Amino acid sequence: MENKHDHKKCRDLLGSLSEYVDGTLDDSLCLELERHMLDCENCRIVVDTLRKTIILYRANAEPVEIPGDVRQRLYQRLNMQDFIDPQGS
Amino acid sequence: MNSSEQPEMFSLEAVRAGDPSEFAKLIEAYSGPIYRLALRMLNNPQDAEDILQETFLKAYRHMGSFDGRSKISTWLYRIATNEALMHLRRKHPEAISIDEPGDPADEEQAPLQIVDWCCLPEEELLSAEGRVLLDRAVDTLPHRLRVVFLLRDIEGLSTRETADVLGLSENAVKTRLSRARLRLREQLSTYYAERIRGEEDGK
Repeated sequence: MENKHDHKKCRDLLGSLSEYVDGTLDDSLCLELERHMLDCENCRIVVDTLRKTIILYRANAEPVEIPGDVRQRLYQRLNMQDFIDPQGS
Repeated sequence: MNSSEQPEMFSLEAVRAGDPSEFAKLIEAYSGPIYRLALRMLNNPQDAEDILQETFLKAYRHMGSFDGRSKISTWLYRIATNEALMHLRRKHPEAISIDEPGDPADEEQAPLQIVDWCCLPEEELLSAEGRVLLDRAVDTLPHRLRVVFLLRDIEGLSTRETADVLGLSENAVKTRLSRARLRLREQLSTYYAERIRGEEDGK
């Protein structure tokens, strides 16, 4: 299952995978990579797991709110205690 | 998720004129993302809080010099990353500056883990344990790769905006993002390969 991934072509294409996943890779490289992946399961797996990695991080990056005490101190530091919206705390 | 896509909920003119109630809206919109960025860059809640305060303090003082050519979020991210990088340099004087190319530690690494773990259920990948793994993997990235990954994939900035924030070329952003993502994929793969192997052994 775990093959050493050392084909020269794979190595050459490695730097293109990230842009390929983003859909911003230029057409000729894109074609070259897709042609290569027809015969190279390793690269297919790397592309799929790379895509999945990015999806997971994005899914994990939910909107964040700062902790209430951190927020309190931020307004204090700015001398803006009077402007804290109680709805947001 | 993408703070750069948030509609602006405040009047830029009023903020620039120094209206504190409008500035409070700016704080409400961006303190979360700025705090998260600082936390993931520095991996220390106290340091992240310092960066958060410095960022909004500087923004408040220098609002008049914001020229409106970039988004206000980009401007805030620029202040915050500068503060965080300065902090890192103070703490680790040996650390390399963000714009120097060619540190061997940042180089591209060939994938070693070739295991397809995409089939694992989402609730396992995004479980509490899975989320800790995601955060830990980011913490192992060299700072120069980490900050690019955080801005692009966590904060949702475009390549152009990330380049603006960091004063890098777009190509440098793409290269660093590619290296960061490949390293993260490697770490996740190492972890989930063991998990899959464990499940197979258990059968």
